[in-house]
Amino acid sequence: MNPETTDATPSLPTGTDDQPIPANRLRSKDLLGIAELSVEEISLILDTAVAMKEIASRPIKKVPALRGKTVVNLFFEASTRTRTSFEIAEKRLSADTLNIVAGTSSVVKGETLADTVHNIEAMSPDLLVVRHSSSGSCHFLSRICRAGVINAGDGMHEHPTQALLDAFTIRERKQRLAGLKVAICGDLLHSRVLRSNVLLLTKMGADVWLCGPPTLVPTGFARSGVHITSSVDEAVEGADAVMMLRIQLERMLGGYFPSLREYFNVFGMTPERVRRAKPDVLIMHPGPMNRGVEIASEVADGPYSVILDQVANGVAVRMAVLYLLSGGAEHEAVA
Amino acid sequence: MPVVMDADRMSRTLTRIAHEIVERNRGLDRLALVGVRTRGVPIASRLALRLREITGQDVPVGALDITLYRDDLMHHPVGPQPLVRSTDIPFSIDDRVIVLVDDVLYTGRTVRAALDELIDFGRPKSIQLVVIVDRGHRELPIKADYVGKNLPTSHTESVAVRLAETDGCDEVIIEKMTGEDAE
Repeated sequence: MNPETTDATPSLPTGTDDQPIPANRLRSKDLLGIAELSVEEISLILDTAVAMKEIASRPIKKVPALRGKTVVNLFFEASTRTRTSFEIAEKRLSADTLNIVAGTSSVVKGETLADTVHNIEAMSPDLLVVRHSSSGSCHFLSRICRAGVINAGDGMHEHPTQALLDAFTIRERKQRLAGLKVAICGDLLHSRVLRSNVLLLTKMGADVWLCGPPTLVPTGFARSGVHITSSVDEAVEGADAVMMLRIQLERMLGGYFPSLREYFNVFGMTPERVRRAKPDVLIMHPGPMNRGVEIASEVADGPYSVILDQVANGVAVRMAVLYLLSGGAEHEAVA
Repeated sequence: MPVVMDADRMSRTLTRIAHEIVERNRGLDRLALVGVRTRGVPIASRLALRLREITGQDVPVGALDITLYRDDLMHHPVGPQPLVRSTDIPFSIDDRVIVLVDDVLYTGRTVRAALDELIDFGRPKSIQLVVIVDRGHRELPIKADYVGKNLPTSHTESVAVRLAETDGCDEVIIEKMTGEDAE
């Protein structure tokens, strides 16, 4: 994108907005998706996360920044990893946290999403972290909520904090994103992680290659300036980072490919295939992994694997997002 | 824009403070410098160089970003959050004499935040404070142990310490604040 200028003046955004955006704030009270973020906002989140990561190495892993703020984690869909990561991030920032999981809430009694959220809002939370199986549910909530809404995964739409932590992990190792070849392999059709990653990596100037069975390639990605192939070897050739996507076994009843074994043989990441990539390639996976389906155990546990770094970085990135959004947006300045 | 300290004077001030640190602590055993971001960090590094020239001993240097400990973080009217930069203290502070370094001492609120943050890293033997300029107007019971220059000011003025590392030259200047900056 914009080359570094020699002086300290913030560069103009490259997006469609006509207002210059100072690089020290997010424009919205919400984090709904990568689509809404400018290059400067993404860089701000990643830079803030660098500072947040250090907190995990302190004897007392807690800072008072969000003291007195209430964060509600509202999960209408099963998630252990993301919810745990958000909860640890909130606690490290001294926020008061509350978890509401769909199976135990009044959702099972027939309450609508809007009613559930209005009831929670009546208790004055500052931020809502929402996961829901319907695409667009977070956008809907952001319009009816005063509190900031953070999308922790909505249907097949976006999972912005996952893409941010993936980018953070790559940038931490490679010091940049622009110009890197990133291959993303697996179920391209059902993956919100993929959608957010494609948006983020292309915005930041990476060369993105997607690879999966033709039955699991959605139309539309061709327009976003990425390469699409059904050859893993071609996708991985010379790659700086390879992201494996989970084959979502619960969504595989549609007969997208003949068998898991055949999938592994044609698309699975094996040590032989990894050798086609750069010697310092990063192997990534958003979890949970299906060993022997999309990724061989030797690869998942190999020296180039940064899968556990991704988990650690997820906390830092989520702390950055929570911190940056906790000031609220200016238009709701009621104090 | 009167210059109240030029490069020459600043250099001699830092040398004098380094001698005071050695004198007061009777040596540098178990002593470490921690600079408060932004300008406290290069000042701490310069003090470490001088301490080595005087005693031949190396003193560890750390950097502290106090943003997440600010007392106005969640009190200001809603709006953008201040930028956070990395804290980097690559040594244990337990049982050490920590010399905290900042450029200007004013209300004392930054030092309060720095003390709270430091204590989260361990239990130092003691904490001492170095500032280049003490401009008065304390709002908390905080006092510096080593002061470059006492500079009586009014609230409508601002004191800027400029350093070669961050600003291209070494000097301390007083500026009149205009409009909304003057609270």
